[in-house]
Amino acid sequence: MHRTGELYGQFETLEQQKESAALGMWVFLSTEVLFFGGLFMTYTLNRHYYGAAFGVGSNTLDLKLGGANTVILILSSLTMAMSVWASHVGKRKATTGFLVATLILGTAFLGVKVIEYKQKFDHHLVPGYHFQIDYRAQHPAPNDDPKEIEAEKEELSKAFAKDPDLNAHAQLYFSLYFGMTGLHALHMIVGAGMLVWLIRQSIIGRFTPTYNTPVEMIGLYWHFVDIVWIYLFPLLYLIDRHQ
Amino acid sequence: MQAQFPLIPEQASNFAPAVDLLMLFIVAVCLFFAVAITAAVIYFFFKYERKHQTEIGVPIHGDSRLETAWIVVPLVLAMAMFAWGAVVYVDYRHSPGDTLDIYVVGKQWMWKVQQPNGLKEINEIHLPVDRDVRLIMASEDVIHDFSVPAFRVKMDVVPGHYNTMWFRPTKAGRYRLYCSQYCGTNHAIMTGWITVMEQGDYAAWLSGAAGAEGNPLVAGEKLFAERACITCHLSDGKGRAPSLNGVYDHQVLLADGRTVTADDAYIRESILQPNAKIVAGYQPLMPSFQGQLTEEQIIALTAYIKSLQNEPPPPTGVGTAPPSGKK
Amino acid sequence: MHTPTSTRAATGAVYKMPQEHYLNSTYGIRSWLLTTDHKRIALLYLLSVTFFFFVGGMFATIIRIHLMTPQGFLVTPETYNKLFTMHGVAMIFFFLIPSIPAVLGNFALPLMIGAKDLAFPKINLLSWYLYILGGCFVLYSFSTGGLDTGWTFYTPLSSVYSNSAVTPAVLGIFINGFSSILTGLNFVVTVHTMRAPGMTWFRLPLFVWAQYATSIIFILGTPVIAITLLLVGLERMFHLGFFNPALGGDPILFQHLFWFYSHPAVYIMILPAMGVISEIIPTFARKPIFGYSFIAGSSIAIAVIGFFVWAHHMFLTGESVYAALAFSFLSYLVAIPSAVKVFNWTSTLYKGSISWDTPMLYGLGFIGLFLIGGLTGLFLACLGLDIHIHDTYFVVAHFHYIMVGGAVMGYLGGIHFWWPKISGRLYPEYLARVSAIILFTGFNLTFFPQFLLGYLGMPRRYHSYPPEFQVLNVMSTAGASILALGYLLPMIYLVWSLKYGTVAGPNPWPATGLEWKTDSPPPTENFLVTPEVTWEPYDFETRPDLELDHIVAGKLPAPAHGDD
Repeated sequence: MHRTGELYGQFETLEQQKESAALGMWVFLSTEVLFFGGLFMTYTLNRHYYGAAFGVGSNTLDLKLGGANTVILILSSLTMAMSVWASHVGKRKATTGFLVATLILGTAFLGVKVIEYKQKFDHHLVPGYHFQIDYRAQHPAPNDDPKEIEAEKEELSKAFAKDPDLNAHAQLYFSLYFGMTGLHALHMIVGAGMLVWLIRQSIIGRFTPTYNTPVEMIGLYWHFVDIVWIYLFPLLYLIDRHQ
Repeated sequence: MQAQFPLIPEQASNFAPAVDLLMLFIVAVCLFFAVAITAAVIYFFFKYERKHQTEIGVPIHGDSRLETAWIVVPLVLAMAMFAWGAVVYVDYRHSPGDTLDIYVVGKQWMWKVQQPNGLKEINEIHLPVDRDVRLIMASEDVIHDFSVPAFRVKMDVVPGHYNTMWFRPTKAGRYRLYCSQYCGTNHAIMTGWITVMEQGDYAAWLSGAAGAEGNPLVAGEKLFAERACITCHLSDGKGRAPSLNGVYDHQVLLADGRTVTADDAYIRESILQPNAKIVAGYQPLMPSFQGQLTEEQIIALTAYIKSLQNEPPPPTGVGTAPPSGKK
Repeated sequence: MHTPTSTRAATGAVYKMPQEHYLNSTYGIRSWLLTTDHKRIALLYLLSVTFFFFVGGMFATIIRIHLMTPQGFLVTPETYNKLFTMHGVAMIFFFLIPSIPAVLGNFALPLMIGAKDLAFPKINLLSWYLYILGGCFVLYSFSTGGLDTGWTFYTPLSSVYSNSAVTPAVLGIFINGFSSILTGLNFVVTVHTMRAPGMTWFRLPLFVWAQYATSIIFILGTPVIAITLLLVGLERMFHLGFFNPALGGDPILFQHLFWFYSHPAVYIMILPAMGVISEIIPTFARKPIFGYSFIAGSSIAIAVIGFFVWAHHMFLTGESVYAALAFSFLSYLVAIPSAVKVFNWTSTLYKGSISWDTPMLYGLGFIGLFLIGGLTGLFLACLGLDIHIHDTYFVVAHFHYIMVGGAVMGYLGGIHFWWPKISGRLYPEYLARVSAIILFTGFNLTFFPQFLLGYLGMPRRYHSYPPEFQVLNVMSTAGASILALGYLLPMIYLVWSLKYGTVAGPNPWPATGLEWKTDSPPPTENFLVTPEVTWEPYDFETRPDLELDHIVAGKLPAPAHGDD
């Protein structure tokens, strides 16, 4: 099917084309919800079984970095929404600008994630044969705050008393942590790739007030990925902070 | 005909007649619909065969009364099947009191069985006739399924879980036992025999064949000392851990205010994850024995704790709720 | 646009193939591998699912031959386990699930609603490539160590204990899952936005309703199995413990997640077949289908309720008695919409003008076999009875009656029904009727004995069995050889007809759907002029374009015109 201008051959009208794209994206997002759903289910069940281990695991995460990432991601949703608006009213430069801002924020999020993963790697918290939940408490780095290490040791010994198999169960937590954030990060990378394409299209002026479907659809996707994080953040970072 | 080409397996337990009767009911209902619909289809095919190449059928679009009828009638019949099936199943899932308890451990690819007096059997179980039997089953590796068609019973044996099932053999004889959950290479030869004997014969067999060697009571008592359980679980209730006298099958009050029944599953959990359910008035001090005891050793310990059932509980009775009798 | 249609037998009209159509509009391998035409993609799928059907069928043949003696004389236990696993994986994930939706749905759905193509033709092509990529992974697994976990991949057998090539297989199924999801997405959007003027929701052919219901399951079920099998793969690769009890995981959770998809997947297989039958029966009875809205509604009801019955596969895992009661109850509820369909199909025959054409024979066969398959489902949904027949050959027989007796009969019926549209030519009618009858006979001989074996207690997935089960097993194997012949024949004569078959003309049956209002084979853009729908579905009465005489059956004495 060949394209005539902005209209693809299988469609009769632009309106029909836009409606199809929007419905397609929503259907895709509903499939995504179920895709993440399997992981959320596994998380819920195991957290119910092994509350102590999940608490300990959660407390090793860096709240500052996680919080910063949450802010970054919400801001990127804002800039994405702005670019959709700009494309609607035909401000080509503003569209491009907001898209670039979104891309920068998304990349920043991924950068922070890399720092966090690196930390977990250093602390032997990556699931596998070398996993050791109390590695950091046993082998503190020279620049670690001794008080913090003491607190962590105390917390660990309490947790071990509650759950002698803490190491295995904390490993389950980190399997889920890496599974869920990894899958989320993968979605971010795909989103960033699509943003690069959008920016190119926007620069060459493909988007007009009558044709801006790609901006809108990728915007929807971006917001979805953002919302997933809004669920992941409390589940992974905040569950045991009240103690 | 029965002997030459049987349509149903032998009926050798209390569930067999119940399941077969249920089967008969569902077969009757389904046969009625299958025959009626097939006959209607065939009749219509001949009766309304096209006579003229360009003719059309009588345009009938539907009839809501008929639609209602064939929603409601099958629904009623389906609910009858559901209810009847539920009755049989609920009975099957709730074992009566005072059962003969046999421990079964499934592993790739054999069934390890322990009689109440500790006699061990492999791929073979001897049982007395007309006695309620309960199997307490665990798996050492993958999921298995303990299945005896002549008894019409079957239950998955799942690693990390205790599953139980019960039945009452009603006829002496030898019956096939299968693993019916696919469990790897030799799944098909993870089979065995169940020998149902007259009660007197069973008692004789048990005493004749049983040696103290494999007695779980003895083994359990030995383990209880070896693993230093005895240093905390003093029988007078003055140790750092609760006395186990008279605990089995009774209600236990937990630190968080709940009560649980100290059954096999609870004892198993307490050995593997001691701090999951702490008895009221005690500290979470006990180490986990996860990975340190085999399933058989856990069974032996459980058997020993069970044997303390009739010992007098310590007078202070910390942690034990007032005895509520057996379930 | 084209020559007027007429019933082939009555007028004896001779047709010529249209000058240009989707098959000859462009040439070369590139024009096929890079096509975005839904009809060509359907043919790509037709070839690839046929390939997997024969791969799976070959495994089944070896299994049946092996089981002729109680000890099994052909293969080792290890090989046997691999054979039934690979049979299941090839047949379920790579034949049954894509068969009707991706072949017949892809071909017919846009034509039936008067669209030029699916809403997203490129995504449609991507679906096929994902299917092929997933298929390559699975074939790689089959050829490097095989797969011996059972198609159900139960943990911890699959995640810890199996030494076979599980990881590539689960990745293959994971990738293939996205093929299904994208097909479902495409269908849902197409049905919503691409209908021709006048094609209201309640004028949609019932095949389209069935595809729509199937697509809902694709979209909401498939992602769950995708993530679940991915977790199994990760467990194997990185020694994780989501479902491994030794590491704190729960093997029962795997079963819940697995069946959350895999039970609805049964409806993915059977719903489209029901859709095909709902097209065939009114066409060859020449009257409107009885209870149109009830059949359409029951498809949706099956798709929805089907999501809430999964744990009936787990009555004996030690799940709570209350859960078992709830899932048994819901399983009985989901039986009702299927019953409604059967009653409506049967009533459609009443006072029809029924012909014995091949698709109708498949329709008849479908009703008979699905009836047995569906009714035996009631046995398994029954809690008390399931204790005895769970995991026995009764289950094997039951789901083969649904999947082979139902889904494959529906698929072959649909292939024959739309073959003139797909190829522009007619297959040899009598040979086709004979092979339909061979199939029906062979099928019953193969699988009916297995019900008896199951009630006698023979467990499934056994490479050897006690000698008392031999007679029934030999009967089953004998039936399977007849069945194999029944599958080979259509292959041969359909290929033959591509070159030598009589030219069909646009509407040989004649049928009322929009797909029959364009040339056979259709042009690339389906309709030269966008059609407008002014008639109700399956209406033969007010359709002068069908050139029927409006003689209502039974109202006039039969003329001397002989039957063809």
